[in-house]
Amino acid sequence: MSAQSSASRASPSSFIDEVIAATPGSDPHLDLCVQCGTCGGSCPSGPDMEHTPRQLFAMINAGMKEDVLRSNTPWYCVSCYYCMVRCPQDVHITDIMYSLKRMAIKEGMFQESTAADAPDFSETFIDFVEQYGRSFELGLATRYHLKHHPLGAVKMAGFGLGMLLRGRMDLTPTKIEGIAQLKTILARAKELGADSSKNGGGQ
Amino acid sequence: MKYGYYPGCSLERNAIAYHRSAMAVADALDIEFVEVDDWNCCGATEYISIDALPAYALVARNLALASQQKQNGNGNQLVAPCSACYLNLQKTNHYMADSPELAQQVNTALQAGGLNYDPGSVRVRHLLDILTQDVGYDAVAEKVTKPLYNLRIAPYYGCLIVRPGFDDTYHNPEYPTCLDELMRKLGATVVDYPVKTHCCGGHMTQISEPVALDLIRRLLKNAADYQADAIVTLCPMCQLNLDGYQEAVNKHFGTNYQIPILYFTQLMGLAFGIKPKKLGFGKEFVDARPALAKIEAEPPKKPKKRKRPPKEALPMPNLTEGM
Repeated sequence: MSAQSSASRASPSSFIDEVIAATPGSDPHLDLCVQCGTCGGSCPSGPDMEHTPRQLFAMINAGMKEDVLRSNTPWYCVSCYYCMVRCPQDVHITDIMYSLKRMAIKEGMFQESTAADAPDFSETFIDFVEQYGRSFELGLATRYHLKHHPLGAVKMAGFGLGMLLRGRMDLTPTKIEGIAQLKTILARAKELGADSSKNGGGQ
Repeated sequence: MKYGYYPGCSLERNAIAYHRSAMAVADALDIEFVEVDDWNCCGATEYISIDALPAYALVARNLALASQQKQNGNGNQLVAPCSACYLNLQKTNHYMADSPELAQQVNTALQAGGLNYDPGSVRVRHLLDILTQDVGYDAVAEKVTKPLYNLRIAPYYGCLIVRPGFDDTYHNPEYPTCLDELMRKLGATVVDYPVKTHCCGGHMTQISEPVALDLIRRLLKNAADYQADAIVTLCPMCQLNLDGYQEAVNKHFGTNYQIPILYFTQLMGLAFGIKPKKLGFGKEFVDARPALAKIEAEPPKKPKKRKRPPKEALPMPNLTEGM
């Protein structure tokens, strides 16, 4: 993989800068981490992560790009923000996990992690949002499970039936009126995001 | 009181009970929620995992529409009942205000669709905040005609309304109390629920089921330990995980939890004397009826304080002897 060779050459300072630049909106304070470990200790899925957030941040600092982007840690983040409110240095940990997910997808490295299916769940979800403007649970569950867990899909079918019987799931997606407008906005945003990542901004 | 209303995708179908009960309660309290016309999905936790700028633009379209529709008299406050929608709207609003660069890029994207959003021009609120702060506990208590005496409630806040806490509405990101207070006003008994802001796992059920089931088990076990009759929630994702996956938890861990997971607005409606059907009861996987049957007409008697230790208690050591 060509990404690996360029990754192995990444100097320590450049990878941390890359992660910070890929986190728009607010300064994520990643460079302020003091390695106290409060994040890992607060994390509900920490025991199932290959690296605690603290370890991951040390690895980012050391420029271990490949290992970081192959880790299952960002994908096991449940976005509960416990670490973020407890961090004494106000590191925006949850936002950084999202940045690492995006970078792992871009570099194609998530495929080797133990959470290799996770990006496809997100992508299937947003496919429906981009197409209709609303999420579509039945379509998401069907497409994702048949592709990744065909055996488990039988179990999910029972759950889905329960949802349908209770009138809690639509059989068909709902499309918003301004779908053309939304598509235009999203397309423009994607262009802008790609441009700024070329200029080192990184989305 | 009039507010803009952003229901979000879940309330359209999966959390229809939440939507119906919220509307019924709003009606009883003379609140008008005006739905944002042609809103789109907030992207949940998924869009931001794939692409950042479009994820913010997706949310910003809703803020722009809400801002534009202010002239309909919606005011500048936008109410989201779903925690994930609330977080995404809050985050986009705050990050656009914090970062002129992000605001400029998002607005460039919005302008391609003929929209524009001035960061911070809409104030994002959660439904719980409206009912506890704007309406207030006393006004809620006045509407109670059928108090929920003897019903033991575990108040479950979940993550995203209290954390990261963009405007410190709930004062404590780990131990908020407003839902506790609200439930007490309905006559219910609120049990201690130490895990009240722990995570239900969000979409983890789809990524790693064992990890997700353990997170859900902790929440159920804690409520069972405190003998709660029901867990009360304010988030569609939490409701779905704890309710829809309760059977899976029981199978996986050999447990037998049967704890109904109800929206706080459903219990408000019940206490206001609104018919259960209008409040979306019956949509839950774990039947709520056995729990609701425990509601009594009279308030529970407070146990008398014992002045003397009971006779069967161990004798106190007599310190004078042998000294």
